[in-house]
Order: sequence, then C-alpha cells, then structure tokens
Amino acid sequence: MSITREDVLHLATLSNISIAEDEIEPLQAKLDDIVGYISQLDELDTEGVEPTYQCFDMKNVWRADEITEFEAKRDDLLALTTECEDHQIKVPKVL
Amino acid sequence: MKIADQKTKAVDLVREALEKAKQYEDYHCFISMNEARAIEKAREIDERIAKGEKVGRLAGVPYALKDNYLSPEGVTTAAAKMLDNFPAPITATAVKRLEDEGAIMIGRTNLDAYAQGSSTENSFFGPTKNAADPTRVAGGSSGGSAVAVALGIVEFALGSDTGGSIRQPASFNGIYGIKPTYGTVSRYGVVAMASSTDTMGCFAQNADDINLVMDVMAGKDDKDSTTLEKFWKDQLPAAKEKKIGLITDFMGDGVDPEVVRCVNEYAEKMKKAGYTVEEISIPMLKYGLAIYYIVQPAEVASNLSRYDGVRYGLRSAKAHDLDSLYQETRNEGFMPENQRRILIGNFVLSSGYFDAYYLKAQKARTLLIRAYKEAFEKVDVLLCPVAPAPAFKFGEKTDDPLAMYMEDVMSVPQSLAGIPSISVPAGKTKDNLPVGAQLCAWRGNDQMLLSIAKHVEEKD
Repeated sequence: MSITREDVLHLATLSNISIAEDEIEPLQAKLDDIVGYISQLDELDTEGVEPTYQCFDMKNVWRADEITEFEAKRDDLLALTTECEDHQIKVPKVL
Repeated sequence: MKIADQKTKAVDLVREALEKAKQYEDYHCFISMNEARAIEKAREIDERIAKGEKVGRLAGVPYALKDNYLSPEGVTTAAAKMLDNFPAPITATAVKRLEDEGAIMIGRTNLDAYAQGSSTENSFFGPTKNAADPTRVAGGSSGGSAVAVALGIVEFALGSDTGGSIRQPASFNGIYGIKPTYGTVSRYGVVAMASSTDTMGCFAQNADDINLVMDVMAGKDDKDSTTLEKFWKDQLPAAKEKKIGLITDFMGDGVDPEVVRCVNEYAEKMKKAGYTVEEISIPMLKYGLAIYYIVQPAEVASNLSRYDGVRYGLRSAKAHDLDSLYQETRNEGFMPENQRRILIGNFVLSSGYFDAYYLKAQKARTLLIRAYKEAFEKVDVLLCPVAPAPAFKFGEKTDDPLAMYMEDVMSVPQSLAGIPSISVPAGKTKDNLPVGAQLCAWRGNDQMLLSIAKHVEEKD
C-alpha cells in the first residue's frame, strides 16, 4: 500500500481539512512513511482472534434515568460561540 | 510535600512557587499563570487554619496543571490555536477533587497541541526547555508539567498519558511520573485525545507524593463511565512482590548504550534491595507501536471531529459557506501533527482499509494483552527503559513524524493494555542527562510499583 496524491485529497475531504497545494506532496510522503510502518502488522496471524476495543471489556454502564443539574448554564455555553442570536448558533448559509 | 498548617502559611507556599515560576520563565513551562486567584485561595486557607477549622489533605499546596484539564480560571488551550481563547465552562473531576482538598493551581502548563507529540515542540505557544539541559526538549506531551516539577517550582503537577506523555517527560527530566491503570482517574473535563488509552496521572519528586495526589484523584466518577471503583489506599503497601522481569526486547538494538547502562544499574539496585531480576523476552511488544499508531489516530480523528468552528473555539474568518467554515477552521486551528493524525485515523477507518488496519490492530491488541498476562504469570513487575534515548536537541525530529513516534515504542504497549506504569529516575548519561527506568505491573497494582520504587531508593 502506498499513499497517492488522490488518497491525500480524499482523506482531507473525509477529515474536513483544507490543505494548501504546496502541502500536499510533503504530506503524502509523511503519510506514506507512517502507513508503511503500521503495515508491519501484516506479519501477525490474527485469524480467529477477537478484537479489543476497550481494555476492561465493559458492557453498558447505566446510570439512573434522572434529570440532574448541569454545572454550566445555557448562556455560558452559548457565549462560547462566535455568532449567536436568540439562543441560536449562527453559521454561514448551507445552500 | 509541604502542606499548610499553623506554622507553614499557604500564602508563603504559593508566593514561593510563583516567584520560582518567574525565575525560570525562560524554560517556558507555563502557558498562563493563575496568580491572583492562587493567592486569594491561599489566604482563605490560612484564615481557616487560623480559626482552627479542618482543611484538606493538600491544604495550600501549589501545583501546576497541564493545559488540557478544564477549569474555570483563565482559558484552557490544549496548546492549540483552536482553543487559544476558550474559557472552560466546566471543571475536570480530577481538578475538583484536588481543589476540594485544598491544592492551589498556580498556572497551566505547556504541552504538544492536544497532547499529541513527544517533545512539547508541537505547542502553538512554542516549546518547553529541558530542566537538565535547556538546549534540549522537555519530552512530551506533558513537558511543561514535568519541567515545572523538575525545577522545583511546584512539588506536583498533573499530566495526561495516552501513550507515554507522562512517563517520557518524567524520564527526560529526572523525576517520578505515573500512568495509572486505565480508569483510575476520571477523564471528565480533560480534552480527549484517544479515549481508550487516555489516563490521568501526575509528576512529583518522590513516590509518596505521587501516592497522595493519586489517592485524592482516584475513584469512580458518574461523569466518566469507564472509571473503576476506587482501589487506591492512602498508605503504600509493603513492597513484598519480589520477582522482576527485565525486558530484553527493549535493551538491545536501537537503544542508546547510556540508557541501557542506566537501566542495568537500576536493575542492580533492585537486586541490592532484595529483588530477583531475571531476563524476559516478550516478542509481541515490538508490534505495540504499529498497533498504537492505528488505534490512537482513529480515536483522535473521532475525538477531534468536534472542533468544527461552530459551537466553541476558533472560527475561520475565511469561511464563506458551511463546508469552508469546517475546512478552513480545521486547517488554521490544528497543528500539522494533529492534521496528520486525523488523516491517518480516517485512512485506517475508511471503507476498504478498515479490516486491514483498524480491525487488524484491535485483534493484535488482544494478542498484546495476552502476552502481558503470560509475562505476569512469570514475574510480578516488568522493568525496561522509558524511551530509547535521553532528551534530544530541538528540531532534531520535528520534520520526521515517524522518528518522533519511535520515542513512544517502549511506552505505548502498556497504554494499549491499560496496565499501570511508572517512570523513576535511574541515573544520568555521561552528558549529565537524566534517564528513567520504567516499572510496569498488571492492572490495579499501581501502588505496588510505587512502593517498590520507594524501597529501592531507600536501600540505595
């Protein structure tokens, strides 16, 4: 597996990150190095092995279905946004 | 640790720490100071002591906070441009527990942006200098906290460790650092990096201080469902486990001979203190880094998707529609290393590569955990270096991400297995650079590691 220019552009789209034209080539080389390194796992036989997503093998951890007071107030949270109007966060037009 | 009482004033402890912080400003340990609030809190504690009221176990003890823990004083930046003006609306559970016991945060320390890096060079605010040699890196990502303790500015500092971010800077600066068992301390209110290996720990000059701070922070938290019931005790147990396994896989090729010498000398000290040290090989460990650089970027890509310029943090001025708002904000707000990890993460999770990389890595992680279980049937504790070499010069690895990742080769396997691991001072190289030894045990045996380290130091 080697990383192509198209791969970089595709991953940038998936990641919602704009990448300047002059950054693409160096980034491609670095990503290619990393992918080359992690590909060494091909040497391992993992046939029939269960994956570990969480070390402690926890299942659902439930809490009581009760409404509790959150430490921050709505206005404090909305104050963190760049643009806000009538308790609504404003973003540029979608269409 | 100096704790405020009838004789020792909290205000004096805090002032002394703040003065030292100024004296060592050139090292750039701190991103922001909390001077006024710290002195005010110290006065409150002194007044309560004067009135004979009960104060906490860390009354008046100044500490430094890695700037990825949220608390309402000042801003929490995670050393990223994305958050350089983020007044946290909540308080991390770990911080709350410390403050409830009277500890006083004097400043927020530098890190690699979003705790991603191994040198603290990847901070939006510039690097931190090594305490032993200012021409070298502090290690990372919790570099600022490590240097603040090593220089004696504070007696303890908080860090976070996802793949070595407490242990490696502890080693580079010659102090103690702990990455506890996964789930020991709540992750609530700490900027998330890779949730399945993120652990909260601390730095100090000795094992007893680490024990006290961890005892205060540890335990179940309803706000983090992965926290464990509290297993931490206030006193360290007697160091009775005696069988140590020196990991030969990490003592050979590619490891600096001075690091090998220091760790071998530490093994000799252990023998002198009555421990049996035998060699052990765990071939599976050499795959730890490859597993980690699949699992961790995948989790980073998911956790960092929340920084979209909409609800909080930076919003790019270049945005002209919603897509460009996301894309330009994430281009400007993240450091190149953050971007690389997000791209790699989305690569290993993307359709067509998921099975070959992400799933494969999670299966290999199972094999790694099995290998640890087998090793801990033979020995009580594993011993190895923390990193392959001592602190390196600034700029040496910044343009080669893979070389930087190699820094983590000896610290990430423990993170993937969720086992505790501590870094203890093991000696110095001929150039006078500190080298740490790493002690690891099975889950829940964190305090056993501290008691062994303490015992070895006392017998030396």
